[in-house]
Amino acid sequence: MTAVPLRPVSARRRRTDKVMRGLMWVAAFIALIPLGLVIYYILKEGLSQISGDLFTTDPTGNFIGDIGGIKSAILGTLEMIALASLISIPIGIAIAVWLVEYGRASWPAGVIRYLIDVMTGVPSVVFGLFIYVTLVETHFAGSGFAAWKGSVAIALLMLPIVARSAEVVLLLVPNGLREAALALGSPRWRVVFRVVLPTAAPGLLTGSLLAVARGAGETAPLLFTVQATLGTSFALGDRVNSLPIEIFNDIQSPNPAVVDRAWGAALTLVALVLIITLIARFIASRSRLQT
Amino acid sequence: MNPPDETAPRKPAEVEKQRDAAPAAAPAVAGSTVTVERERGADDRRAGGHTITVDDLNAYYGDNHAIKGVSIDYAANDVTAMIGPSGCGKSTVLRCLNRMHEEITGAYATGTVKLDDTDIYDDSIDVVAVRRSIGMVFQKPNPFPTMSVADNVAAGLKLAGVKGKRKDEVVERSLRNAGLWDEVKDRLSEPGVGLSGGQQQRLCIARTIAIEPDIILMDEPCSALDPIATLKIEELIHELKQEYTIIIVTHNMQQAARVADRTAFFWLGELVEIGPTEKMFTTPDNQRTEDYVSGKFG
Repeated sequence: MTAVPLRPVSARRRRTDKVMRGLMWVAAFIALIPLGLVIYYILKEGLSQISGDLFTTDPTGNFIGDIGGIKSAILGTLEMIALASLISIPIGIAIAVWLVEYGRASWPAGVIRYLIDVMTGVPSVVFGLFIYVTLVETHFAGSGFAAWKGSVAIALLMLPIVARSAEVVLLLVPNGLREAALALGSPRWRVVFRVVLPTAAPGLLTGSLLAVARGAGETAPLLFTVQATLGTSFALGDRVNSLPIEIFNDIQSPNPAVVDRAWGAALTLVALVLIITLIARFIASRSRLQT
Repeated sequence: MNPPDETAPRKPAEVEKQRDAAPAAAPAVAGSTVTVERERGADDRRAGGHTITVDDLNAYYGDNHAIKGVSIDYAANDVTAMIGPSGCGKSTVLRCLNRMHEEITGAYATGTVKLDDTDIYDDSIDVVAVRRSIGMVFQKPNPFPTMSVADNVAAGLKLAGVKGKRKDEVVERSLRNAGLWDEVKDRLSEPGVGLSGGQQQRLCIARTIAIEPDIILMDEPCSALDPIATLKIEELIHELKQEYTIIIVTHNMQQAARVADRTAFFWLGELVEIGPTEKMFTTPDNQRTEDYVSGKFG
């Protein structure tokens, strides 16, 4: 019996493999350069600004002397994002549930999917203008600029992100589980609440938190809908400060100290978004659906 | 997945505890009421087992006419096996029996399927009620990943919206009847997906019998299991037959020969022949049946 000749990998294939690998690494490195630079500059300019006072005092509005911190901006951002999440996450997940469990391949489902895709592509400034025209200019509910109107604008921005990511996660739930539940004599809505949503929960949370992270950094929708104020305020019907607007205003100041504060606020915002993203990744890594 | 789990020798202390707590081995102490209740239930069922009568069933996947005019009677307290080559429609027929077929997008069925005297395809019939009466065990064990062993068994009751039942009692009785109680009684609060493949499948059977259906459908319940786990399921089918009418789809002809009272042979979406299992495997009426069971094709 003669040995089966197993040819070694040819020199040409080895060479091609090496070159392609090299190109991949270069491409990956180039893609990371802007990210690296952004983080470098924010850390370089912002780290020196981080202090207890920055987080515990409101901006004073003084041009000289004590300019204050960014407490109101941090709390305002958290407040508005919380409200925006409260609006967009339940609606977004509800849309996804309908698409996956009920609409499926029907034509209304197709139309809704298309509209969600279109909505994803709408620039955030357009959502801001839309709310400005419909709710701010009309002094809807008694006031012009208001925190809740900013939340609505951000919610509109988050909605397609939540819906799309939730749809993908719900599609990952094995069909066998739905069939098992249906075969036990369960109405479809109970299958959704008792089996599909609990199974998909970690993934739904991840998608939602990524939408939250995206919404937290948006400036344009807030510019037209909330404007800004100096002091800490939780009144949803009033102007409320926010990190993006604080940065936007501070960076235009002729006072270098105020510009520096903008970098501190930028670092705070990046850290905030990073924390939210890390939480999302942590939850995703524990998701049962990935195993 | 892990056959050693099921057969692993237990520590002496555990064995002792098990003997004390297992009324199956020594009917006494705590479990006695459960046993009595089970036997009474069994008598009731034996007195009037349930039948399924299929008349001129046609099933479609969109334009694809998959089942062509199948008529078949499933006798009470019988195990009926459905065999045939892949794609012959045996699973589709099974899924038509509890209206799971229509869950597939574009799929529908015509004809009548009667549970005793009621046509389950009648417009006035609630499909949810049909599935409560006709339980189903699937090819792949599919316990709910977010639920514990006990919750998986009780899931059927919760999902069906049954209230006021004594959950623990139902869980224990169902697990005992599924032959799984002794293996999992110390792990009731652990995740159901942590069990071995064979245990998961018996958990799914426990989940099905917890809602006390009239009929149990099984869609190749052993095809994902190793021979030891398969044997356990087959023994269980013998037990369950006392209380339920069972219809099982199988790829494995030896399995059909081992568990079924009657066997039906399907080919290209049609019922070729149905008869007593022994006859089907020795002297079938139809040449195609004989060719198939003797391994000439399929």
